[in-house]
Amino acid sequence: MRVMVFVPGDQNSEAGKMPSQELIAKMMKFNEELVKAGVMLAGDGLTPTSKARRVRFSGSHRAVIDGPFAESKEIVAGYWIWQVQSIDEAVEWLKRAPFDDGIEVTIRPVFEPEDFGRELTPELRQKEARLRAEVERRSKP
Amino acid sequence: MGTARSAIEAVWRIESARLIGGLVRIVHDLALAEDLAQEALLAAMEHWPSTGIPENPGAWLMTTARNRAVDQARRRQMQAGLALGSSEPSPGIPDLAAAIDEDLGDDLLRLILIACHPLLSTEARAALTLRLLGGLTTAEIARAFLAPEPTIAQRIARAKRTLAEARVPFEVPRGAELSARLSSVLKVLYLVFNEGYSATKGNRWTRPELCEEALRLGRILAERFPQEAEVHGLLALMELQASRLRARVGPSGEPVLLLDQDRSRWDQLLVHRGLAALARAEALCQPLGPYTLQAAIAGAHSRARTAAETDWPRIVALYDALAQLTGSPVVELNRAVAVSFAFGAAAGLELVDALADEPALASYHLLPSVRGDLLLRLGRRGEARLELERAASLAQNAWEKALLLGRARACLGATSPGRTGESGGDAAAAPSSTPGLASEPPPR
Repeated sequence: MRVMVFVPGDQNSEAGKMPSQELIAKMMKFNEELVKAGVMLAGDGLTPTSKARRVRFSGSHRAVIDGPFAESKEIVAGYWIWQVQSIDEAVEWLKRAPFDDGIEVTIRPVFEPEDFGRELTPELRQKEARLRAEVERRSKP
Repeated sequence: MGTARSAIEAVWRIESARLIGGLVRIVHDLALAEDLAQEALLAAMEHWPSTGIPENPGAWLMTTARNRAVDQARRRQMQAGLALGSSEPSPGIPDLAAAIDEDLGDDLLRLILIACHPLLSTEARAALTLRLLGGLTTAEIARAFLAPEPTIAQRIARAKRTLAEARVPFEVPRGAELSARLSSVLKVLYLVFNEGYSATKGNRWTRPELCEEALRLGRILAERFPQEAEVHGLLALMELQASRLRARVGPSGEPVLLLDQDRSRWDQLLVHRGLAALARAEALCQPLGPYTLQAAIAGAHSRARTAAETDWPRIVALYDALAQLTGSPVVELNRAVAVSFAFGAAAGLELVDALADEPALASYHLLPSVRGDLLLRLGRRGEARLELERAASLAQNAWEKALLLGRARACLGATSPGRTGESGGDAAAAPSSTPGLASEPPPR
């Protein structure tokens, strides 16, 4: 399964302040571990909301709003996309990240297409059984 | 607050392969290494619910396993000493405490190489890989390969015995030997991936979890071997094929051929990753190796926004190179299909007819399937129907069978079965998307 991991921004990230060299180094090492483990699919840091734009949708009307957007707590400063077996695995990986200071990082599972082996509805099961029977019938000489 | 079992299992998934690899390095015995690892896991399940997961769970597990190993060695030592009538330590007991602290950093690779040892049959390697590296249970592996569970259990046990009896060295080889061993790993990964991508038997068309496992291991290897072109080539191939998994299965679980797929359902993240891996492979080695060539073919499909925009002449050229490299009749078949799209159905049929007596393709359902499709495109419906029926009789996957029978029936109808002319199917005109089959021998 895939998860998206959202790292919240704060006043520092909004001010464009770079984190310490130490933290950058630790984060690079963490990212390396994710890549080495075949978990990392994608990840990026996002620029401060001073560079962001918003579009508000109302009927056919579109309003464009320039950043910055003051509500820092809800601002995403970075994201990852990970390939994991379960959200528990994602949690264990995330625990190894060098975050600190009470920051809360959110893991969101991505919708996966139905895996027909595991989530066959009763209707699909019946259909599959009929299909199998039909194939049997037709394969007889 | 107690720690959920699922959290411990997640840690196990992250740590177990490197743990077993490290223990193998120390005790020189795969079965023993696994046992020690299992004991460490049991200890974790016993303690972590109350203590919480340690900050460095890998180290905790290794220390626990080491302690068990030392205890066992001491016990054996004492028994040997008692038998000899002395309390001197017997020679040859490894200095476990010292050995453990050397982290050579290659323990994961070590285990991959062991699991994929060329001494073992490909099936045994696949089963061992899924067990040791994927952490799949015997039941899960049995389900994946549609084999009885006892068969898989025996296969794994026998594989371990073979390795033990042959006293295979557990050191990670270097240089040319490492490259050679890598190729046996790639073969296993692709086998597992293919089984998930186009399940050869059974009622499910795809098994995405197998693709995911193969992809994960492929990504690990690509990171570990930045200079090995075919590692990146295989990874590119798997990423690109996996990008189509969602589009390959219809709403009722039926197969959807490549050229009929809704390309908006292709996973662009994987396409992007696949094309990037392909670029790396192409930059690393010319002429291109077989996996890289297959990836390039897959890439040609991925780059076409619609089926009609497919660069068929380029695909034909890639198949030319692949056919020369592998001499595989399956590749020749796939090439014939590409030729039919680049230069017309008659040209393709000529090539397919040349393969009629090819012994390797004697029970390969895609040969009559392709022939049937080409005949249909040429308006020769009666012949097409017979070929498609023959293809259905040879197909082992229930979905493929049904698809082929349906197309055979439709040959008799007043309207075309929707596969004639330019809207034709996948390069192999059959559910198993071509490039994946190109260099594999026909399924047995």
